[in-house]
Amino acid sequence: MLLRILNVRQYFFRSIKTTTHSIKTYEKIKEKRNEALLGGGKEKIDNQHKKGKLTARERINVLCDDDTFVEYDMFVQHTCIDFGMDKKKFSGDSVVTGHGLINGRPAYVFSQDATVFGGSLSRAHANKIIKIMDQAISVGAPVIGLNDSGGARIQEGVDSLAGYAEIFQRNVLASGVIPQISLIMGPCAGGAVYSPAITDFTFMVDHTSCLFVTGVDVIKSVTNEDVTSEQLGGSKVHTEISGVAHKSFENDIQALLNLREFLTFLPQNNMCSVPLRSCEDPWDREVPFLETMIPPISSAAYDMLNVILALVDDRDFFEIMPKYAQNIIVGFARMNGRTVGIVANQPKVAAGCLDINASVKAARFVRFCDAFNISLITLVDVPGFLPGVHQEHNGTIRHGAKLLFAYAEATVPKLTVITRKAYGGAYITSSSKHLRGDVNYAWPSAEVAVMGAKSAASVLYKGKSSEEAYILEEEYREKFANPFPVAQKGYVDDIIEAKSTRWRLCRDLDLLANKQLKNPPKKHGNIPL
Amino acid sequence: MALKVRFVNFKMRCSFIRHETNINVDFPNKSYKRGFSTKYSIDQSESTFKKVLIANRGEIACRIIQTAKRMGIKTVAVYSVDDSQAKHVKLADEKIFIGLSSAMDSYLNIEKILNAVRETGADALHPGYGFLSENFDLVKQLESEGVTFIGPSAEAIFRMGDKLESKRTALAAGVNVIPGFDGIVTEVDHCLDIARNLGYPVMIKASAGGGGKGMRIARNDQDVREGFLLSTQEAASSFGDTRMLVEKFIENPRHIEIQVLGDKHGNIIHLNERECSIQRRNQKVIEEAPSFFLDKETRAAMGEQSVALCKQLQYSSAGTVEFLVDQEKHFYFLEMNTRLQVEHAVTECITGVDLVHQMFRVAKGYELNISQEDVQINGWAIETRIYAEDPYNKNFGLPSCGRIYKYQEPLGVRCDSGVEEGSKVSVYYDSLICKLVCHDNNRENVIEKSIKALDTYIIRGIEHNIPLLRDVLSRKSFREGCITTNYLPLAYPEGFKGLTLEERDRHKLVAVAAVLFAANELKSRDFINIPESGIRGKAPREKWHLFIRFDEEKLDVEVALEDNGQFRIELVENVFSIEKNEIKLSEAIMELTVNGERNIFQLLSRNSNGEFMIIYKANKYILNVLPKKVSNYLKLMPKKMQHQQQNEICAPMSGVVKSVFCSVGESVQEGQELLILESMKMQNFIIAQSSGKVQSVEVSVGNSVKYRDLLIKFE
Repeated sequence: MLLRILNVRQYFFRSIKTTTHSIKTYEKIKEKRNEALLGGGKEKIDNQHKKGKLTARERINVLCDDDTFVEYDMFVQHTCIDFGMDKKKFSGDSVVTGHGLINGRPAYVFSQDATVFGGSLSRAHANKIIKIMDQAISVGAPVIGLNDSGGARIQEGVDSLAGYAEIFQRNVLASGVIPQISLIMGPCAGGAVYSPAITDFTFMVDHTSCLFVTGVDVIKSVTNEDVTSEQLGGSKVHTEISGVAHKSFENDIQALLNLREFLTFLPQNNMCSVPLRSCEDPWDREVPFLETMIPPISSAAYDMLNVILALVDDRDFFEIMPKYAQNIIVGFARMNGRTVGIVANQPKVAAGCLDINASVKAARFVRFCDAFNISLITLVDVPGFLPGVHQEHNGTIRHGAKLLFAYAEATVPKLTVITRKAYGGAYITSSSKHLRGDVNYAWPSAEVAVMGAKSAASVLYKGKSSEEAYILEEEYREKFANPFPVAQKGYVDDIIEAKSTRWRLCRDLDLLANKQLKNPPKKHGNIPL
Repeated sequence: MALKVRFVNFKMRCSFIRHETNINVDFPNKSYKRGFSTKYSIDQSESTFKKVLIANRGEIACRIIQTAKRMGIKTVAVYSVDDSQAKHVKLADEKIFIGLSSAMDSYLNIEKILNAVRETGADALHPGYGFLSENFDLVKQLESEGVTFIGPSAEAIFRMGDKLESKRTALAAGVNVIPGFDGIVTEVDHCLDIARNLGYPVMIKASAGGGGKGMRIARNDQDVREGFLLSTQEAASSFGDTRMLVEKFIENPRHIEIQVLGDKHGNIIHLNERECSIQRRNQKVIEEAPSFFLDKETRAAMGEQSVALCKQLQYSSAGTVEFLVDQEKHFYFLEMNTRLQVEHAVTECITGVDLVHQMFRVAKGYELNISQEDVQINGWAIETRIYAEDPYNKNFGLPSCGRIYKYQEPLGVRCDSGVEEGSKVSVYYDSLICKLVCHDNNRENVIEKSIKALDTYIIRGIEHNIPLLRDVLSRKSFREGCITTNYLPLAYPEGFKGLTLEERDRHKLVAVAAVLFAANELKSRDFINIPESGIRGKAPREKWHLFIRFDEEKLDVEVALEDNGQFRIELVENVFSIEKNEIKLSEAIMELTVNGERNIFQLLSRNSNGEFMIIYKANKYILNVLPKKVSNYLKLMPKKMQHQQQNEICAPMSGVVKSVFCSVGESVQEGQELLILESMKMQNFIIAQSSGKVQSVEVSVGNSVKYRDLLIKFE
């Protein structure tokens, strides 16, 4: 009897215990969640705001559609026990990860939280990123990184390095499978820079972000150069001089809003077709504006950007690297609602010559488009590769070959319009018929030749008097400064009126939408890096 | 014969007036949409010239080509480098290249024009207006080559070209002239005597002057002394001719002119008046016919005197006698233009006469087929001149050049234009793009028609003065006919600042911006080939909570797409509703029904930062639209870096450097004139914005510079 009473009591007690326990657990979950939402705490958040930056969660809030973000690993904590780190733990550690919708389509996002240990990368931090990257690859959705991190978590030593390395490995595996975009919104230094460098597009925020391998202090001690971090690796440096970043924006809000817009151009992964949006801009409209585009004087410059804007849907063009190697324009637009990649020489800058930087810029863009089934439209007005000792000594051969390689390798629909000059090797390189161009057009103003008339005459008739050379030059001009020679050989499919370019390209893109072309099986090509 | 005439009429209609096939604006009184009546149609049996060369460019060249074509005359266009792809060149049957872009090397070069005439074998030359239209040397040379000049005789041109001579001729013909001294004034004291006799205020002006140069108004003796000296100096430097005139100055006059038409047989008629008082920098911008101000008697008197003057001159062809009319309806002869005027189209509308056709006829030697009794006033016509210029300043227009990437003229009205999509507006020539001519049964209706037409006019790629034109037309004082030649400076003492919307219109515009944002959001996730994602947000999808900044105003706006396909917009205490199907983000013009009212909007551009540029009531407004959740963070964003103090001056427009007034090392004061940039025949002073020392001058006289090119650097 006593035993029985005891049992009942025990049972009773145990029930109370478990109940309080679960209540406690619920509370703890709630508490930890709230803790995680606050990141490094109120003070750190204020500090972040004072720098003109949003917090990791605020950024996600701007980036994703309302109430669509689903967070992973809110309870993850770092595992470091050295240097008293075991007493300083934060729920979720220094990164917020998960997935959400951007204009209705899913994307995986990680947003580094500078309020927790300066956003430094711990093993746990790396694991969180790795988790969403693995899932993104298997699901086939883009990964967006919002970088704002002081670098490795030094207290963790090699664990932190391992974290970086494993992220890089995933970046590489995901490359060409899902679009990867980095938006640098704070510091990103040391080993950390290689992740943005591998991703497809790197954007920056003016004045608040920087990217460099070795910091200003190290530079001061090693080379004695005095430099601020903005001068060393600010947005201006990387979008204009180094070409590391693809575009920069005025502040966090503008950067995130533009990123939302940018994503509307991209497919989810390499297996699905490019987004096709309903288009209200008539696909078959003529564009009389283009008729008067080419100036009457053949050496006069014009702005190729105006040609692009007049051709594409709604004058909507998202330019990539607008301030770097401005002699070539690359970017995304839509034709009859379908995303296309546009590569165009810019006669306004350096006469539209191809040089080292322009070749590399265009080559990477072409390869991105090819990897993600985005058709390419190439507008050609190129007098050749830029001559010069500096160019030759810096390997213009190797870099020019990259562009040639990229075009020759690409299996997506390739449409080409020669608006004016297409000379020499640059003609071959620029998505010519010989590099498996699908449709190649020439405007009536097109001139395709090995070189300009003057240079040709001086080579062909070396040592002749200047009057004779002039006559011969005229003869060469007469022969080649028109689209007939190239059209007679079938190297362009047609000579078209400039105003008909839009509807022709739209029609051809529809026709080529199901183009099937495979390169021979191989492990991978060997692009001249 | 009857059949033939009808066919011609049909053709005429097609070439001049675009049919309202695609009506998106309703114009009342459709019978007024045509520029010409059928009364004076072209008689194809009348023999005429074989080939005419048009020694002009732009809209007037196109205008002349059209009539010549209808008459069966072959046309020859001449063009300079900048005009090689111009509209008038495309319209003509033949084209002759005549030289570099500068007018001196092309359109003003008599030798080159004559060569073109010889080369093409043209048997007539129409000069249009401006350029060589009043050059009697050209007329004489053409005569000696046996080519007909479509215009008056060399003698008439000569006599009306000289101010003194024209005044004498007018006096002899019994025309009212401004009281003044008949002769040259060379001494200051003489000038003072005359001024005192006439009574102040008086006007001192150079005999050879024009365009306001060498002109001074004097209200007392002191003014006369200063004005005489300054005007003489200016006349010497500008025209190399110091002959001065003194006459009474008419206060607040109206500029009213009489169109005349004469033949070589002594027949002269007048075709009523045009009122051209709305001017800026002595250039007309809005003209109308008839004048609101004239009564029947004054009109008849002005007409009779004009005819008398022409009889005195034995004038043939079209011409214009200009008068100043004071507040008591006294009119005074100003000058006579011996050519076709820019604003001839309003006269054509109310009289039904094709003036260019008549010019060809009388030049060929035919008698006028219209008598004075035939000339009636049919309805009312207004011409608004659309210039490529930025109107938001004290000059009421600074040239803007560039290429027009989108161009669409309003339907159902007459547009005499010299541009089309893709046209280049060059720094070398006058910036007139188009003359919009509306015709209706009365003044009120024609003003309404003009406003609607201006609202549906699409010009992209350059700045233009449509905002100013529309604002003038909608002003009470203009509608009441209270206009003088000082209208613009009086109506806009601080210069034109654009239209300030009333609160209700402002909110309407905000509602439209909100709806455009929502429509764009919907479009951004409307993929044809991608099914909607299975995962969805918890928030209702078709609702937007927005924050809109419009100038200083900040508004919270709620937008919801309702089941009936209407957007419902709530802001402050207003509720608007707009049909979703009416929103077409890709179209240049949107006609939206906002709360049952139809309004015309033009979406100029939008960007990812939420900036919407919208044209409403012909004015451009910028609104910034953000989701409310995003706008909450705005205050956290760093303030935009302030631009450093300006230490360089860049070209405010493209043009040619005419003179440079400063040199390296010179200290200049704020407001000092540094150089002159000539653009579209206008000289513009570049002025120092702050005091400083010149470090370098990057340009020299004769250089052509582009918009934003560096001109001067300061230390």
